[in-house]
Amino acid sequence: MIEASFHGQLSRDFALDVAFEVPATGVTALLGESGSGKTSVLRAIAGLDRRDGSLTVGDAVWQGAGVFVPPHRRRVGYVPQAGGLLPHLTVSENLDYAARRAGAGRFHRADIVARTGLAALLDRKPGTLSGGEAQRASVARALLGQPRLLLMDEPLSALDTAARGGMLDLLETLFADTQVPVFYVTHDAAEAARLAARTIRLDRGRIVTI
Amino acid sequence: MTLVIATTVELALVTTVLLLLLATPLAWWLARSRSAWKEVAGALSALPLVLPPTVIGFYVLVALGPASPLMALLRPFGVTSLAFTFTGLVIGSIFYSLPFAVQPLRTAFEGVGVPPLDLAATMGRGSLDRFATVALPLARRGFVSAGILVFAHTVGEFGVVLMIGGAIPGRTEVLSTRIYSLVESLQFGAAHVIAGGLTAFAFVTLLGLLLVERRLGGVRP
Repeated sequence: MIEASFHGQLSRDFALDVAFEVPATGVTALLGESGSGKTSVLRAIAGLDRRDGSLTVGDAVWQGAGVFVPPHRRRVGYVPQAGGLLPHLTVSENLDYAARRAGAGRFHRADIVARTGLAALLDRKPGTLSGGEAQRASVARALLGQPRLLLMDEPLSALDTAARGGMLDLLETLFADTQVPVFYVTHDAAEAARLAARTIRLDRGRIVTI
Repeated sequence: MTLVIATTVELALVTTVLLLLLATPLAWWLARSRSAWKEVAGALSALPLVLPPTVIGFYVLVALGPASPLMALLRPFGVTSLAFTFTGLVIGSIFYSLPFAVQPLRTAFEGVGVPPLDLAATMGRGSLDRFATVALPLARRGFVSAGILVFAHTVGEFGVVLMIGGAIPGRTEVLSTRIYSLVESLQFGAAHVIAGGLTAFAFVTLLGLLLVERRLGGVRP
C-alpha cells in the first residue's frame, strides 16, 4: 500500500490538506482543476517540496516522525508537463543520466528505447525534438531510473491532438506491461478514466472523492 | 617592458582563476537562497562597481599593512605586511573585480532555474552532483563571460594597483601604471604604444565576449 498525508499553508490563500491510502500497483489519477493541489501532492510524494505529513511506500517510510528521505534517495521517475529533458544533453545522454545512478533493473535500455520509438532520436538535442518526441524521451528516461514509483504531471497537456493520441496509446501499453505504481496528474476526466485504476479528485487543496 | 607585460598577465590570470573559484559559491547562494540577507550580500559584492578604486585600494592597503589586525594574525607565520607585494595586488584585484565575476555567474545560475535541478534529484543525483552535472554546464556562458570580464578588468585597473602595489618596477608595476610613469616623465611616444595596445586588447576582448556569448546562446534552457 501507499499511505500519504500532506498538509500545510502553501500560500496566503491556499492550504493543502490531503490523506489517502491506495494500492501500490496500477495507476492512480490525481484529478482536478488548475490550483486544486495536484502538482503539490505529486511534488510532496517526490520529496521535492517538504510538507508536513507522512508517506509510506510499501514497507519504506519516505516521510514520518523524524524521517525525511531526500528526493535523490526515493527512486521515483518524474515526467513533467513539457518533457524536462536536460537541454545540454542528447536524448541518449539524458537516458544515461537517469540510468547511471539507478544501475541495472527490470527496465532495459534497448527494450525501452524500442518501445518508446526513440532509436532514431538518440543523438538529437532536446531543442530539436517535437513535443511528442520529447515526452516519449522523458517517459523512457523516467523508466530507466528503475523507479519504485512513477510520477507524471500532466504529460499530455503540452501536446497537440495527434501527438496526444499516440502518447495515450503508448502510456496505456507501458502502464499495463511495466507494473510500476503510477501517480498521474491530469485535469482531463476522460484521460483519467482511460488510464487509471482509481481516481483521487482534488479541489482547493482537499480530496473530494477517491 | 617584457617584465611589465608578464606581471600584468600573471596578475590577471591569477585573479581570474581565484575569483572564479571564490565567486562561484557566492553567486550560487545569491541565485538560490531565499534568505533576507542575500540582497545585503549582493549589494556588498557589487560595491566595487560604484566605489572609487582609490577607496578600495586605501582599505586593502590598510588591511595588508604592518599595523593591521589581519597582519597581526599572520605574523606568527612570518608575514608582516603584504602591501607593495604581488600577493597584495592579487588580493586588491579580487575585491575590485568581484562584481564582474559574481553578476554574470548569478544571472547564469538564475537562468538555470529550479526544474532541471529538481528532475536531476529524482534521478538519484545529490546536491553536489546536481551542481556539477546540471548547474555548471547550463551556466557555462556565465563562466565564460565572468572569466573574460575579470581578466580584462584586471588588465585595465589602475587606482587599486597603484595604491596597493606602488608601481614598483620589476615587482608590482603593470601596464596601466607604466603608462602613468611614462606620461609623468613626458615619454608620450612610449605611452601611446601601451595605450594603443590596451585599447586594441579591450576591443578584441569585448568582441570575443560577444561572439562567445552568441555561440553558446543555444545551450540556454
